[in-house]
Amino acid sequence: MRVELVKRKEHSRKMALLSPLIAVGLTAIAAGIIFSISGHNPLSGLYKFFIEPLTQEWSFNATIAKATPLILIACGLSVCYLSNNWNIGAEGQFIVGALFGSALPILMPDFENAATLPLMMVFGVIGGALWALIPAVLKTRFNTNEILTSLMLVYVASLLLDYLVRGPWRDPGGYNFPESAMFSDAATLSTIPGTSLSFAAPITVTVAIVLAVILGKTLKGFEIRVMGESPRAGSFAGFSAKKLTLFSFATAGGLAGLAGTMEVSGALNQLLPTISPGYGFTAIIVAFLGRLNPFGIIVAGFVLALSYIGGEAVQSAMGVSNKIASVIQGLLLFFVLACDTLILYRIRFVGRRGSAGEASHV
Amino acid sequence: MFEAVLLTVITAATPLLIAAIGELVVERSGVLNLGVEGMMIMGAVVGFAVANQTGSGTLGVIAAIAAGMAMSALFGFLVLVLVTNQVATGLALTILGVGFSGLIGEAFIGIPGLRLPDLYIPVLSEIPFFGPVFFQQDALVYISFALVIAVAYFLFRTRLGLVLRSVGDNHGSAHALGYSVIRIRYAAVLFGGACAGLAGAYMSLAYTPQWVENMTAGRGWIALALVVFSSWLPLRVVIGAYLFGAVSVLNLHAQAVELDIPSQLLSSLPYLATILVLVLISANRRLTLVNTPACLGKPFVPDR
Repeated sequence: MRVELVKRKEHSRKMALLSPLIAVGLTAIAAGIIFSISGHNPLSGLYKFFIEPLTQEWSFNATIAKATPLILIACGLSVCYLSNNWNIGAEGQFIVGALFGSALPILMPDFENAATLPLMMVFGVIGGALWALIPAVLKTRFNTNEILTSLMLVYVASLLLDYLVRGPWRDPGGYNFPESAMFSDAATLSTIPGTSLSFAAPITVTVAIVLAVILGKTLKGFEIRVMGESPRAGSFAGFSAKKLTLFSFATAGGLAGLAGTMEVSGALNQLLPTISPGYGFTAIIVAFLGRLNPFGIIVAGFVLALSYIGGEAVQSAMGVSNKIASVIQGLLLFFVLACDTLILYRIRFVGRRGSAGEASHV
Repeated sequence: MFEAVLLTVITAATPLLIAAIGELVVERSGVLNLGVEGMMIMGAVVGFAVANQTGSGTLGVIAAIAAGMAMSALFGFLVLVLVTNQVATGLALTILGVGFSGLIGEAFIGIPGLRLPDLYIPVLSEIPFFGPVFFQQDALVYISFALVIAVAYFLFRTRLGLVLRSVGDNHGSAHALGYSVIRIRYAAVLFGGACAGLAGAYMSLAYTPQWVENMTAGRGWIALALVVFSSWLPLRVVIGAYLFGAVSVLNLHAQAVELDIPSQLLSSLPYLATILVLVLISANRRLTLVNTPACLGKPFVPDR
């Protein structure tokens, strides 16, 4: 039997909505198989992984806290991917944003007033954007492959963070532990009164809505989509591919930097040698699962955040390694990409004799 | 001293060389597989696990090759049959490989590994200086050079190599001439997976005979950059791999002479050097345009 693709006359709108759901379903089946291979009941494994975290308040809040940076980074990445700019270095932009944002409370701990936090966020955005502009400028100026350069800068950024927390930014009163001093109250992103959620969540939702408006209703949004789908048509319309590369990288880096600053100021309260469990890479999956649409990304961010919390849950409840979370994340991206084929193509299974034919349509 | 430095350069360069020469063949066929890092780390963990369980380094190496090929088969199915985006699918392969290797490898953390034995080439290994450096290495070092020569010969001196390059340069014409674009690309992708798996085995069975999570540390990505550096010419990959091997062992030797430079700066040199090299190469349009496979990364759906 052979698989053949038959091009659809037009994009299937039904499949565009269905394909992420099919992908999540297939991932759940694959996860169930992994659970049973490792000697556990697949159904209780899946329940503990995907459902139980949503039933308890603390784990639900933890899911939102993890979803927030993922959604924010993925929103920025969607601008890059829509315009055909392959920024895969969001992890590094997140880290450098966090470093810029932390510079104020660490270097000027006495600067405590109402302006502290907003300034930190501005610095975070600037830091992330500057780091992202390095591969963008190299691409526009020297035609350098942005995939490889943006990825290389992730390693450089994490080494820079490592150097700072072990060296010049180490807490002088911290018994030589590799960590910065704790931030003051003025530099801490507070929680929404009456809840245990930080203000990062509403800020992120606001950003997603603004982005949705920009992408859907403005000329800039049109430019981003045209240049992604047909750069030649875009250049006839007078759009500049180079300017858009700089714009999309700066946007993605700025949002990743903001996410980094909010993570250190809202969740960690200090700099540590590692400040991210791979948010920048997981956000790539979020962006694709959300079909590069801000509202889709909000939903997808929850699904991927759930995989972090679910990983911890199955580890403590069933003794399954929490590494299973990253396996499930990787499988999910595979299934998302495979299912997206259904939007453009029909799949036809052809029997051995070829002409035996159109056995089944999907 | 110089001899010792040269020996560490060879061990650092070999995994880069093996992974890059595999990816070069893949890209020559017109496919961009960004999942080298993922296939390599799977090779490293599977190679280590099998060598550890069976006590045989050879079986470990074979298993690592099989693991790399299995990963690349998955990639090939998505990219060639389902025509998914090659960049995104390659990334997915890396994310999956890094995650999966962490899961498999958890049981092997901290367990002492097995080092592939050094092979002493008779007579030649007794030559002072040259002997120890070039003729007392483990089998994979020799294999890496054999691979380069074989690939160079295959691509530019055989008919099948010509077909593979034509598929990479113009898949429409190759298809019209009756060549199976998808089958040839599948074969190239599998070869790339085998090489990446082998490079991974070198990491966990020769470079540092143990399993450490994320132990490939971006070498798969550097191998991808090496292919650009070589401008898709096999012999230049050797130069690139040894150049990067030399940069990446600087850290080791700087510690020995107690230079007052932060170790993190030295550790970041291979990554910074990669960026610098990519800039220098891609700024030179003549160099890149001549050899870049024209259909690199472009999807192919045969007309029916």
